[in-house]
Amino acid sequence: MDFTLPAESAELKEMARDFCVKRIYPRAMEMDEHETTPRELIDECIELGYFGFTIPEEYGGLGLGFISWAGVLEEFCAASAGFGLILSVHNSLCSEMIKVFGSDTLKQKYLPEMATGKRIGAYCVTEPQAGTDIASIASTAIDKGDHYLLNGTKTFVTNAGIAGLFIIFAKTDPSAGRKGMSCFVVDRESSGITLGAPEKKVGIRASDTREVSFADVKVPKENLCGKAGDGFKQAVIILNSGRIGVAFQAIGIARSAFEEALKYSKVRKQFDATLSSFQAIQFKLAEMALRIDAGRLLAYRAVTLKDAGKPCHREASMAKLFCSQAANYVCNEAVQIHGGYGYIKEYPVERYFRDARVTEIYEGTSEAQRMVISQDLLRE
Amino acid sequence: MLEKKHHEWREKIRAFAERQVAPLATEIDRNQRFPHEHMKPITELGLFAMLIPEEYGGRPVDTLSYSIAIEELCRVCGSTGITVAAHNSLGCFPIAKFGTPEQKKKYLPRAANGELVAFGLTEPEAGSDAGGTKTIALPKGDHWVVNGSKCWITSASMAFAVNATARTSDDPSDKRITTFILEKEWPGYAPGKKENKLGLRGSDTAFLHFDDLKVPKENQLGELGQGFKQMLITLDGGRISIGAMAVGLAQGAFDCALKYAATRVQFGKPIVENQAIQHKLADMAMEIEGARLMIYDTARRKDSGERFTQQSAMCKLYASEVGRRVTHTAMDILGGMGYYDGVFPVERMWRDVKLCEIGEGTSEIQRMVIARELLKTLPK
Repeated sequence: MDFTLPAESAELKEMARDFCVKRIYPRAMEMDEHETTPRELIDECIELGYFGFTIPEEYGGLGLGFISWAGVLEEFCAASAGFGLILSVHNSLCSEMIKVFGSDTLKQKYLPEMATGKRIGAYCVTEPQAGTDIASIASTAIDKGDHYLLNGTKTFVTNAGIAGLFIIFAKTDPSAGRKGMSCFVVDRESSGITLGAPEKKVGIRASDTREVSFADVKVPKENLCGKAGDGFKQAVIILNSGRIGVAFQAIGIARSAFEEALKYSKVRKQFDATLSSFQAIQFKLAEMALRIDAGRLLAYRAVTLKDAGKPCHREASMAKLFCSQAANYVCNEAVQIHGGYGYIKEYPVERYFRDARVTEIYEGTSEAQRMVISQDLLRE
Repeated sequence: MLEKKHHEWREKIRAFAERQVAPLATEIDRNQRFPHEHMKPITELGLFAMLIPEEYGGRPVDTLSYSIAIEELCRVCGSTGITVAAHNSLGCFPIAKFGTPEQKKKYLPRAANGELVAFGLTEPEAGSDAGGTKTIALPKGDHWVVNGSKCWITSASMAFAVNATARTSDDPSDKRITTFILEKEWPGYAPGKKENKLGLRGSDTAFLHFDDLKVPKENQLGELGQGFKQMLITLDGGRISIGAMAVGLAQGAFDCALKYAATRVQFGKPIVENQAIQHKLADMAMEIEGARLMIYDTARRKDSGERFTQQSAMCKLYASEVGRRVTHTAMDILGGMGYYDGVFPVERMWRDVKLCEIGEGTSEIQRMVIARELLKTLPK
């Protein structure tokens, strides 16, 4: 068993790191404080192909595997988890959904524009009353013969403000429960779409999160992604990619927090000794490194299974659950090691601490992951 | 442990906190704004005079009642709570305890009347290790001349006076420090820029700079070189109030999570009907109660004149870690709703409570204090 990244993936990760250190990290604090993403950074990422990373070459993407994507995502999130999220939602969820379930027509229609960043994707599942319980969504898409008529309100939609298209889940048969759910691709230009104001968030503030309302939006028949009634099944499958994405996001945040804490502990002197010379601090550092490594290995297992086309439902949930908890543990300790300096915004660990928190919440809360894992265990 | 008067006191403070303090909590946090409008009503209630003897205009209460007051304020707003706690424990207490009758007469009536007093111990290079103090007071004729900077001072720009520690010798091997009462009106006293903090954003945290500050001889607090000892005694008491803060914040988050769990429906039933949620709530309630009892017991010990150094470190350490765990779990229960600021107070409390593991001695310092006390009990 080889525990290193394939050479190509390692090289791509290194390139991403180089770009992120030079371009993303220096703006990370500003993006967080002002809750914005500079357009030029998005454009640079488009230029470098990051918006088409996992989109097949025939549709204008780079056609790279998730194992490479995972490393790249870790680097982006190590610099700015909020910025990394923009790419993660676009690639891990949106283009992935079209790539895996879309018809040829749909792929032709959208993947090239997604690969060039002309259309950035936003993923709309959650509703005010439907969080963990996805199947209870109230949005409807009623078959009107030559189109579907879409109505509903989605909350916590990442990328909403910069989106060129929405992947949205709605009931095509409201009486059929989860079997009445379907997935659609909706153009931003469609009339009847209203964006809410940007939400104020604890962390990942570089990313744009809003409520999106759809009122009598006409969706062409061909924009049904996958089969009518298969939406729930598709959502569950694509959630695996999303969860792997969150796992690597968490690892990226944790790694940065750890590196800051390690560096700080070696230079900060109290009682005439560096913090790193105290056993209590040494053991904290050991535990932090341990959890990051364990998390990364779990996440690589999940992504390797995914790339091999094998089932990875349980493994993706385990990776997401473990990595998000590890990130929160590591960031908390990183703040602790920084003492008072960890509580103010001049030092980046304050941001990592806030950013890490969401990894335990979105793409399924930790409780949802435990449901997935235990149901999988008990099924056998 | 609690008498009737304590219950009545709690009801009184809670009613005040909910009516006056709670409605502003979100706004002052978001805008990093000091809650000026609370100052008068808090003064009228006597909460700035809780540790001041009656003869100096105080409205003294026992330490248990003091803890309850801080707890109840923090249950709705940590920023207001810490402003009151720092003023009483760190501003008023050292003057009442170590001051001359003239000093008490000069400063305590103003303090009781709502003019804030701050505490200046921490410096950029002297966090956990107060022995690293750089601020220096040198005698010159009939006065002292003080130079140096203090950081992360609660109420730095609001306070009319500060109890600040300084070395009194330019011999670097002489690490003794002495406390001085310094006044804002004196030339050379300058509050620095306000810190942009993770939490407690309504509280006024800033640097204090002293530049050739001329200090009358009579403003030396207690004896020369006794600053370190005074500080330890002061912090023994202060830690009780930090523990009370953490318990208050935890209680506020718990109350919110319990209510939410009972009303939030997923999978056709309130989430509180899930065993996983019930057991979380049980642990939260248990931990809060444990922390609260430790604080009350320490308060009782203080008032009865027993030594309470170890208990005070233990209650502060335990309560602050409970505070972090409980607010974290409360956020988990709120799911996505918990990550958006301003909707529920929980995310604010989660950010606020992290300070309790850092301020007035980090958790690592508390463990050092506890261990030192334990080692004293071993046979020599």
